[in-house]
Amino acid sequence: MYRSHVLVCGGTGCTSSGSHRIIEKLEKEIKKQGLEDEVGVVKTGCFGLCALGPIMIVYPEGSFYSMVKEDDIEEIVSEHLLKGRVVTRLLYDETVKGAEVLPLQETEFYKKQKRVALRNCGVINPENIEEYIGTGGYEALGKVLTEMTPEQVIQVMLDSGLRGRGGAGFPTGLKWKFAAGNPSDQKYVCCNADEGDPGAFMDRSVLEGDPHVVLEAMAIAGYAIGASQGYIYVRAEYPIAVQRLNIAIGQAREYGLLGKDIFGTGFDFDIELRLGAGAFVCGEETALMTSIEGNRGEPRPRPPFPALKGLYQKPTILNNVETYANVPQIILKGPEWFASMGTEKSKGTKVFALGGKVNNTGLVEIPMGTTLREIVEEIGGGIPNGKKFKAAQTGGPSGGCIPAEHFDVPIDYDNLIAIGSMMGSGGLIVMDEDTCMVDIAKFFLEFTVDESCGKCTPCRVGTRRMLEILEKITKGQGTMEDLDRLEELAAHLSSNSLCALGQTAPNPVLSTLKYFKDEYIAHIVDKKCPAGVCKDLLQYKIDPDKCKGCTLCARNCPNNAITGKVKEAHVIDQEKCVKCGACMEKCRFGAIYKE
Amino acid sequence: MKSLEELQAIRAKMQGRVGFRSEDESQTRVVVGMATCGIASGARPVLSALADAVQEEGLNNINVTQTGCIGLCQYEPIVEVMEPGKEKVTYVKMNPEKAMEVFRLHLKGGQVVTKYTLAAEQK
Repeated sequence: MYRSHVLVCGGTGCTSSGSHRIIEKLEKEIKKQGLEDEVGVVKTGCFGLCALGPIMIVYPEGSFYSMVKEDDIEEIVSEHLLKGRVVTRLLYDETVKGAEVLPLQETEFYKKQKRVALRNCGVINPENIEEYIGTGGYEALGKVLTEMTPEQVIQVMLDSGLRGRGGAGFPTGLKWKFAAGNPSDQKYVCCNADEGDPGAFMDRSVLEGDPHVVLEAMAIAGYAIGASQGYIYVRAEYPIAVQRLNIAIGQAREYGLLGKDIFGTGFDFDIELRLGAGAFVCGEETALMTSIEGNRGEPRPRPPFPALKGLYQKPTILNNVETYANVPQIILKGPEWFASMGTEKSKGTKVFALGGKVNNTGLVEIPMGTTLREIVEEIGGGIPNGKKFKAAQTGGPSGGCIPAEHFDVPIDYDNLIAIGSMMGSGGLIVMDEDTCMVDIAKFFLEFTVDESCGKCTPCRVGTRRMLEILEKITKGQGTMEDLDRLEELAAHLSSNSLCALGQTAPNPVLSTLKYFKDEYIAHIVDKKCPAGVCKDLLQYKIDPDKCKGCTLCARNCPNNAITGKVKEAHVIDQEKCVKCGACMEKCRFGAIYKE
Repeated sequence: MKSLEELQAIRAKMQGRVGFRSEDESQTRVVVGMATCGIASGARPVLSALADAVQEEGLNNINVTQTGCIGLCQYEPIVEVMEPGKEKVTYVKMNPEKAMEVFRLHLKGGQVVTKYTLAAEQK
């Protein structure tokens, strides 16, 4: 028996900051101290606080060590694991209150969170099926197969109010009901793990931290609609997720939880992986299925919807990873439990990938209806360097910006659409006053221009024309008529594009135009970028009163654009200046400014 | 695996191990002093005896863990039992045999073994 468990995060964030080396060192050190029979090391999925990685938790004390280095391991083992003295200096600051150590659940970051989809992430070893079973895993599948009819399963899903977590928010139960109602010799259950929104990584974290929950939910869906085969379409850029899924599928087959005659009920279900090559459009359902079939990933018109003719022209359901992660809990705890969380039309919880200008970047799961203010100021720990909140971007390239005036709107599917954004897959990028909204719109359009598959003209040509106009504006060459043309193009794209990629591509432009029109006008009329981001519209200058003539700036200028004699004020040659900002960074007297 | 019973059996086996990773208020905590003084006077075998016994009997509501110096070095090895809603009981000058007695009578039987407590020792 292990008297102590050391959980080390093996998610992508912590792995890239070296958690695998920490684990190696830890195991070596534990052995050296002769504790290998008393202390167990567990590699888990993501804890959520990625900004503080590599992360380590020691139970039963629940000591949360952050930013652990290899050199700290010896101390942790000899002090904490051997002698029981918590190494206070390595604890996450928020858990230390004077001489007291607070439980993690009482920190600002975790206090308001409610973990349903992420319940096992950071708790179990994802490469061990028995740990998943130990937390109640595969019990929902057992219950469904032995006690419920497919109709009852679908009714539970309908009653729970669960809506698709991939972006559009379509009721999951309804999707299943349609597919169940279309008779066919073969049906398919697919999982969309082609997470493509820049900055969103909740699906990856679920797959890395709790892969079995997806397998179990897909088997439940298979039973509900009458399918015996499932496919998980996961991007090849998620190597850890792919590896753990493969291990999980292998173990589930070995334990008879996938394959023929599951639990002796005569129900057959198996799952295969399909790796995506990283095209954004393959997250669109028809393109995804086309890609599984082995063809070029391009969307096709709907109807027919996949519930009627999907993969290989057979009735198919496609749900997102996070959606599936909720399913077994709904079966076990009942639809009422799930529906008791959230708002009237958006039930349950939602995972957000918190990023951008916020202190606690990472993964948070909160009940629907939490306000943006709570997410940014409380859970996110506010904005670094005392800057002011300007806007938050949700929904990635399909979404929009939420300005400060909507800081207190409860976040759910319908409220976000009402204020011109959307839930999307849950990327939430916080922006402060140093962010140029025109530049942000341009960034997302660059992304959609790159990722447009080119099949339909409105998207292929329309996104590029819009980007060209934005480039003109950020260079100070825009006209007021350009704003009208942007809106006109946006309307055409939304109504004429084949799939959601093109239909929603104008959203970042439209929402910034709606809330930050003054910034567009500043770029066009005053030829100024108020946030000081657009290089063509700003100049670096030296204040002669503050300049001491130390020559530091001149020596650091990569283009020799700064001239001046020692102990005399320097001058920047605007013709030569490449606006890299190196001089401003180096100046010790605050004499260099941009305008 | 062909039946729900088999699934339940795995769950029962794993529950203690996974359930351990929570800060549950309803758990009984058994703490062994493992500072230099404790280790020197033989706290390691006491700790492993208790940990093994709890594991063997499958008592999932009991956590056995270690702590630093309590400050009563002359009484080491010290074992403290903290049950929810009850006063802490401090056992002193433990050895594996005495610890097993505490395990049988107190942790399983609910009866404090008065003769080994700090209060008895100080009389």
